[in-house]
Amino acid sequence: MSVKQISVFLENKPGSLRAMTGVLADNDIDMRAFSLAETSDFGIARIIVDDVFKTTTVLRDAGFVHSVSPVLAVTLSDTPGGLNQVLAVLGDAQVNVEYMYAFLGGKANSAYMIFKVTDEKAAAIALGNSKIRLVDQEELSEL
Amino acid sequence: MAERYYQPEIETASREQIKQWQDERLVKQVQHVWDNVAYYRKKMEEKGLTPDDIHGTEDLHKLPFLSKSDLREAYPYGLMGAPLKDCVRIQSTSGTTGKRVVAFYTQADIDLWEDCCARAIVAAGGTDEDVCQVSYGYGLFTGGPGLNGGSHKVGCLTIPTSSGNTERQIMFIRDLNATILCCTPSYAAYIGETMKEMGLTPDEIPLKAGIFGAEAWSEEMRHDIEKTLGIKAYDIYGLTELSGPGVSFECSAQTGMHINEDHFIPEIIDPDTGEVLPDGQEGELVFTSITKKAFPLLRYRTRDICVLSREKCPCGRTHVKMSKPRGRSDDMLIIRGVNVFPSQIETVLLNQGYPANYQIIVDRVNHSDTLDVQVEMTPEMFTDNVGEITRRQKELMDGLRSMLGIGAKVTLVAPKSIVRSEGKAVRVIDKRKI
Repeated sequence: MSVKQISVFLENKPGSLRAMTGVLADNDIDMRAFSLAETSDFGIARIIVDDVFKTTTVLRDAGFVHSVSPVLAVTLSDTPGGLNQVLAVLGDAQVNVEYMYAFLGGKANSAYMIFKVTDEKAAAIALGNSKIRLVDQEELSEL
Repeated sequence: MAERYYQPEIETASREQIKQWQDERLVKQVQHVWDNVAYYRKKMEEKGLTPDDIHGTEDLHKLPFLSKSDLREAYPYGLMGAPLKDCVRIQSTSGTTGKRVVAFYTQADIDLWEDCCARAIVAAGGTDEDVCQVSYGYGLFTGGPGLNGGSHKVGCLTIPTSSGNTERQIMFIRDLNATILCCTPSYAAYIGETMKEMGLTPDEIPLKAGIFGAEAWSEEMRHDIEKTLGIKAYDIYGLTELSGPGVSFECSAQTGMHINEDHFIPEIIDPDTGEVLPDGQEGELVFTSITKKAFPLLRYRTRDICVLSREKCPCGRTHVKMSKPRGRSDDMLIIRGVNVFPSQIETVLLNQGYPANYQIIVDRVNHSDTLDVQVEMTPEMFTDNVGEITRRQKELMDGLRSMLGIGAKVTLVAPKSIVRSEGKAVRVIDKRKI
């Protein structure tokens, strides 16, 4: 039940993020979620898109180094304690969270979160056994 | 397969024979220079020397040196040994390290230069059945004309593509079945990279050998090129000041380059004192040209740091071998007082699986030198994990520190952001204002 996240290498200099978003815009690619990880001299843009195949193709053609990795997407009600519930399930299953980021969209009163975990299978099983709902690629594309 | 030679009677001559040639030719050349090159005659007179003092190679050490600054001072005609009407060609350096050098050639000078290049091509396995693509630049640069002439002498079908237009280079290699490629090692690496991008495997490329020179390259870069192009890569060495490529060349043993001693007498000196060092000791390479007439340099200091070896070579050639220069002292950077050669940085990069595309940026910040090695990110190296990338970056910095003895910063840059070179690669950008 994982979804595909595309990670793009960005050089740390003015305009490099803009160069990537330009490629996506020119090709009518819609980003569902976006997060930026940075170190002092390079960055990694992590994106969730509506069309993974098309995105990786246009990025490759434009000369961007990138990789695709599985992440978990969950939907939670936009109320206090929502994130806490998810982390409790993952913590009980001894799954470590490497990073996470949130995005809004789709239905009113729902929030979406992306989790990158050490053991994505164990996390999917644990979340599947809880009340928390995982979102699949198809649903994300249609948001 | 038995070793083949272009001029076997010369290339495998006895040491006594070579010494005899050198003695006779040196005596004649010193007289020629004395009679025709006023600039050098004055240098000899300042040392109280006349041609009568030079009886053979054992007297070579008495002669004054020539260096790049002499070439600059005597530019353009001051070191000519033949009247202009006897000259048929000039060639010139790229001027990457200062003022251009202009060298003159008589027809005989060109012939002997092309013979030297032909020896290199035959040593790399070339015969009249081969198709030799010369992707060195043609024009003032000696690379293209030298190998072109050598290829003709061997009888190869010669494709004079010159450098540039890499897709067309690859098209000719494939359509005309080129078996030998001649170019700079950085351009060979780029051709290989482009072929890989086009989805070609080494089996789909007819090349079997490459003759690469005109810039310093490491053993690791050789392995890389050999793998991507599916060839055996041979080194060739030369300087415009002495003729061009072909002053020395590699044989199948690939353990140093045989110097064409019937035309050039090598010496190794201590770069600081000018004292001649015994064989086997590392120092600056000095050449005396004993057959060329139009531009006859005696005891020319190359600034190249290397070692000579007279060990018997399995290929049967008897001419002395020089090691791959550790770097031209012109390429040498002095960073925080430490001598750094770009080739050392290249060795670390290739050892750790990075591509040979890199750029070294030296600057001075707050009165202290900084060294920044820029490396292109590749799909193989990239991962979503920041920690993993940072770890590899640190590993590279540690490797550089232990090789160079000083710290260097490593910056990962976007793929293809370092400009590819079709001639000599621009590896170093020195922004220091001193």
